[in-house]
Amino acid sequence: MTTTAGRRFPAFNFETYLQKNARQFVAPVVAFLIALIIWQLFSSVTKSLPGPIQVYQDAWDPLVICPLSVGNECFSLDGWRGGDVGLGWQTSASLIRVAIGYSLASIVGITIGVLVGASRLLYQAVDPMFQVLRTVPPLAWLPIALAIFKDSGPAGIFIIFVTAIWPIIYNTAVGVQQMPQDYKNVAKVLRLSGKEYFFSILLPSVVPYMFTGLRLGIGLAWLAIVAAEMLRGDTGIGFFIWNAYNSGALSEVILALFYIGIVGFLLDKLVGFVSTFISADK
Amino acid sequence: MQTLASPTTMPPAMQEPFLVIENVSKSYSTPNGSYVVLDGIDLTAKEGEFICVIGHSGCGKTTLLDTVSGFRTPTTGEVRVQGKRVTRPGPDRMVVFQNYALLPWKTAFENIYLAVHAVFPQKSKKEKTEIVKEHLAMVGLEEAANKKPGQLSGGMKQRVSIARALSIRPQVLILDEPFGALDAITKEELQEELLQIWRNHQVTVMMITHDIDEALFLSDRIVMMTNGPAAKIGEIMDIPFARPRNRAQIMEDPYYYTLRNHALDFLFSRYALH
Repeated sequence: MTTTAGRRFPAFNFETYLQKNARQFVAPVVAFLIALIIWQLFSSVTKSLPGPIQVYQDAWDPLVICPLSVGNECFSLDGWRGGDVGLGWQTSASLIRVAIGYSLASIVGITIGVLVGASRLLYQAVDPMFQVLRTVPPLAWLPIALAIFKDSGPAGIFIIFVTAIWPIIYNTAVGVQQMPQDYKNVAKVLRLSGKEYFFSILLPSVVPYMFTGLRLGIGLAWLAIVAAEMLRGDTGIGFFIWNAYNSGALSEVILALFYIGIVGFLLDKLVGFVSTFISADK
Repeated sequence: MQTLASPTTMPPAMQEPFLVIENVSKSYSTPNGSYVVLDGIDLTAKEGEFICVIGHSGCGKTTLLDTVSGFRTPTTGEVRVQGKRVTRPGPDRMVVFQNYALLPWKTAFENIYLAVHAVFPQKSKKEKTEIVKEHLAMVGLEEAANKKPGQLSGGMKQRVSIARALSIRPQVLILDEPFGALDAITKEELQEELLQIWRNHQVTVMMITHDIDEALFLSDRIVMMTNGPAAKIGEIMDIPFARPRNRAQIMEDPYYYTLRNHALDFLFSRYALH
């Protein structure tokens, strides 16, 4: 969306752009302020949660200004080891798990999706099973994952994998099934080789569908990692939340929620950005 | 030993016509019995002949051409090109699809290159590039080589599609209502280009159209089909106008209207849709 707007204004003038789109910027800010006020009122009435002002006072120093802290040091590169480290390090530990699990889910999911989409028989064979499996909540996989891997690290990655893979499989399969007959006819009449067919026709026509799946997948992966880390783990943002809750630091919990939300939002935008980049010609 | 001389093992006769459609029928089984689309079609074409097939919608024109291109196998009968039985689609019987069937993520150049590369893999990259350029020039689209189909008009897309079809030197060119979606002016331009290309390439053409004037202008013979189901060839009309043809000249010829009225009478009186 922003790219087309940018193209429409070749001589980009930030000031006029801001004037024209003022509402677009002001409205979210106002909404956010109202939410803060409601939150503040809620906490001063119920006394159950710290309000925004309290959170700011508790968490600004050192949690917000030292995201890459280790122990009492505000900045240290040793944070990847885990332990008493800042939120930045915790988030990156979660992100690494998501990256591994999600990459595996993408590779396996796209492969299975192409196969399932290409073969009617295979689709009919596995569809009921997949439909059941995909409704299993991520956390229900945790005991299974722990039983298989005996370790929380790979178990977390497995949960990411098994949560993110279903939308990737299904959307890729639908993309293959929805491929216009015309493209298949071109391939048939030219007698394209398997490789040529895959790379010149199948893959490009499936890419938009695939990215829908990848985008849903990254959202689910991020949901799952936080939950998995809360139950079992020694690093990661989920672990941080649980740890903070157990030591009664509710302000830290709330700050971590902001982190999670913002990172999840950015991940979604990242996959969206990559998809516009790859299928720009569609 | 004498059984060897059975009629089915006849040697490929040299004098067999270039394209033979022999007793082709096509039926589909439905819950209410079999549904016959085509019923015993016999047609032959000489090499380099231009044949138009006309008939009402649903009369099985596309099915007939699909048996030539190989996208459908006839229930009975067979199609032979140069004595060889058609069993599946192949680049020797290239199709110009009704909705162009260009790949939207490839440029005009790349769309044609894909075909050239698939059919002539042994040629060098330079040779293949030359072929693509030559055929883009043939349809007057050098400028649009690097544009994707989304940036091209309908007429330009169909030009790319025709260039792609001819770039691989097919023996038979099959066109399924190629100009149906185009405006009248573009349509006439493309008809003239198609005629010129056909004359230069000496390719055998089978083309479906709804447009009697188009068929009269382009073809050597017009095959008029009866209404489906169980469509047959109702009549074949010879179009004797000299080539190269000039649209204005042909339309001044009184015989043009004799033929035209005859075709109209066939379609709208004898085989009118009820």
